[in-house]
Amino acid sequence: MSKLETSSLYQLTMVRFRLFLREPEAIFWIFIFPILLAVGLGIAFRNRPADVLPVGATTAELTHALAAEKGLSVKTLDEGVGMHELATGKIVLLAVEENDVGAVYKYDDTNPDARTARLLADRAIQTSEGRHQAVFTVDEPVHETGARYIDFVVPGLLGMNLMGSAMWGLGFSIVEGRQKKLLKRLVASPMPKWQYLAAFLLSRLAMLLIEVAVFLTFTWLVFGVPFRGSLAELGLLCLMTSLAFSALGLLVASRARTTEAVSGLMNLVMLPMWILSGIFFSASRFPAVIQPLVQALPLTAAIDAMRGNMLQGLNLGQQMPQVAVLLAWFVVPFAISLRIFRWK
Amino acid sequence: MGETKNGTAMEATLGAGNGASLLLRGVKKAFADVKAVDGLDLEVARGECFGLLGPNGAGKTTTIEICEGLTAPDDGTVEVLGLNWRTGAGELRQRIGIQLQETQFPDKLTVEETLRMFRSFFKRGISVDESIATAQLEEKRKGRVGTLSGGQKQRLAMACALVGDPELLFLDEPTTGLDPQARRHLWDLVDELKQAGRTIILTTHYMDEAERLCDRVAIMDHGKVIALGTPKELIALVGGENIVEFAVVESHGSQVSESRPGAPPSHGSLVPKGEGAGAPASTVAHPVVDAAPLLAIPGVQSHRVDAGLHQLSVSELHSVVPRIFAALTSQGLRMSEFRTHSATLEDVFVSLTGRNLRDE
Repeated sequence: MSKLETSSLYQLTMVRFRLFLREPEAIFWIFIFPILLAVGLGIAFRNRPADVLPVGATTAELTHALAAEKGLSVKTLDEGVGMHELATGKIVLLAVEENDVGAVYKYDDTNPDARTARLLADRAIQTSEGRHQAVFTVDEPVHETGARYIDFVVPGLLGMNLMGSAMWGLGFSIVEGRQKKLLKRLVASPMPKWQYLAAFLLSRLAMLLIEVAVFLTFTWLVFGVPFRGSLAELGLLCLMTSLAFSALGLLVASRARTTEAVSGLMNLVMLPMWILSGIFFSASRFPAVIQPLVQALPLTAAIDAMRGNMLQGLNLGQQMPQVAVLLAWFVVPFAISLRIFRWK
Repeated sequence: MGETKNGTAMEATLGAGNGASLLLRGVKKAFADVKAVDGLDLEVARGECFGLLGPNGAGKTTTIEICEGLTAPDDGTVEVLGLNWRTGAGELRQRIGIQLQETQFPDKLTVEETLRMFRSFFKRGISVDESIATAQLEEKRKGRVGTLSGGQKQRLAMACALVGDPELLFLDEPTTGLDPQARRHLWDLVDELKQAGRTIILTTHYMDEAERLCDRVAIMDHGKVIALGTPKELIALVGGENIVEFAVVESHGSQVSESRPGAPPSHGSLVPKGEGAGAPASTVAHPVVDAAPLLAIPGVQSHRVDAGLHQLSVSELHSVVPRIFAALTSQGLRMSEFRTHSATLEDVFVSLTGRNLRDE
């Protein structure tokens, strides 16, 4: 047998790999689920050609004028029916002829589609009445990658996935070992205790490489998600994220006696971050009072930094606050768990 | 290795520490209000198979975990292989083998992978193949732990304890929960290890197991050693190497008074409690047996009665039994049950505590 194979650190790390790979559910959640989620979100929020907006008009003359606008589909309705259709969302705007004023637009001005319809309808009606362009203008559409929802959400999903895999990977396995008295049996052997924890981190890092590479390659090939920053620095950010959540997973697992207890604890820790850390929408939407809390969460820092790297091409030097938050979330929970960890 | 096992040789090494594999002095451990171990002195010689026998809750597991360095005693000294756990833990872990109660190895690892992991913790030891062969798990080598039977899992736990080629082996209730065949299989394995000269310390609540495997046995109850010696010495404490059990009915008269175990107890008294005058005859009474003629028989050491079942501890069974029959006949009694068995550690425990091992 080779030197490597008789090393306890190697054996412990291999055990972690084997146990992970023999758990089909874990493979689904870590490798398949984020890809499915990205595909789902990519489809739901894809950038479509501008919609044709349904509008109504009360006279044939108005209908004729509006039909000249390609962005609108128009039908003639009397005002009562028109108001009903407006209220039920079948049309977004109703143009009503008023003898003394010309036309009145009825629409919901808080609805962006209705506001667009208002602009298009007004332009069509004014043009049909003989208004000419004051200035010559030409449209030149630009579909910029990096500004789409999928580009925004991919770093969020990456951060969420790193959080889940690190927390579950450590927390659940450790508590399961404690519950089944395996931890006790291991400390009854001459196993160096630090190697038990190191094996978790080593196997996590190897898994991380695969997990991140598979997910990002997929989103790059299928959605053309941009990578504007340094890939090495992105890798480093993923590493720091994974370490921070591994430390948090270790902390959560350091005393819990049953897998049920640790599952509850982990969800309790992760739930605020699912909501607050800007996975699916920007964390800046939360009120200013809670921003210091939001920004101090490890997942917020991780996702911010990864978005900065991928979408804006920022380097690590420009992301020191996020890096500092991640490092703090690695060092502090790790130090606490080493002190309070219960082997029996 | 190769120390003599007789009592005087062990007395000679008392306190020296160098000849003994294990030395406990005044060890105490309490959990909350419960004194799990209450002032324990033990000494185990090299090459000895030593058993801690007692009912559940007697403090066996706490004692063995203190010896294994998994529980720190509140008081007293513990010396293992001449070292103590405070300063010699690293070396001790390399030199002892441990099988704990109720360890569950990961279901999704194979037998071989599990053993390879445990082997990697030890600087020296036997090969994984050798440990698999010793535990007779060859056909399960590539099988996952989750597919093993209870006996196979227990043998895997033994193999994990053996991979470091330990000088001293701790087995905590190695056969609890196993079927009789798997128990015997495990006993054979322990026998082999004994033959190889290893020191073994095991706990059990099966007296047959202790008798079968152990050179010496400490009987524990309520955190204390209540008897210590070879199984033979302990059984001799009962006063005779055989136990005669019988129940009687009156040979003339009605069968109302037939007595058998399970009938209303006579409170250990030889004379049934008198019922008030005119009490219904349905009350089952055990016939009165005068114990004096029985105790007068040479070779009868003691007499006790429990629930109508009389127990005599007896030596020289062949000459005593006819006299027992004669003594009962002369009292006008007829036996409804009669059996004998060799005295066991169970009888020792009963005579020392008045309780059965399995009562707990």
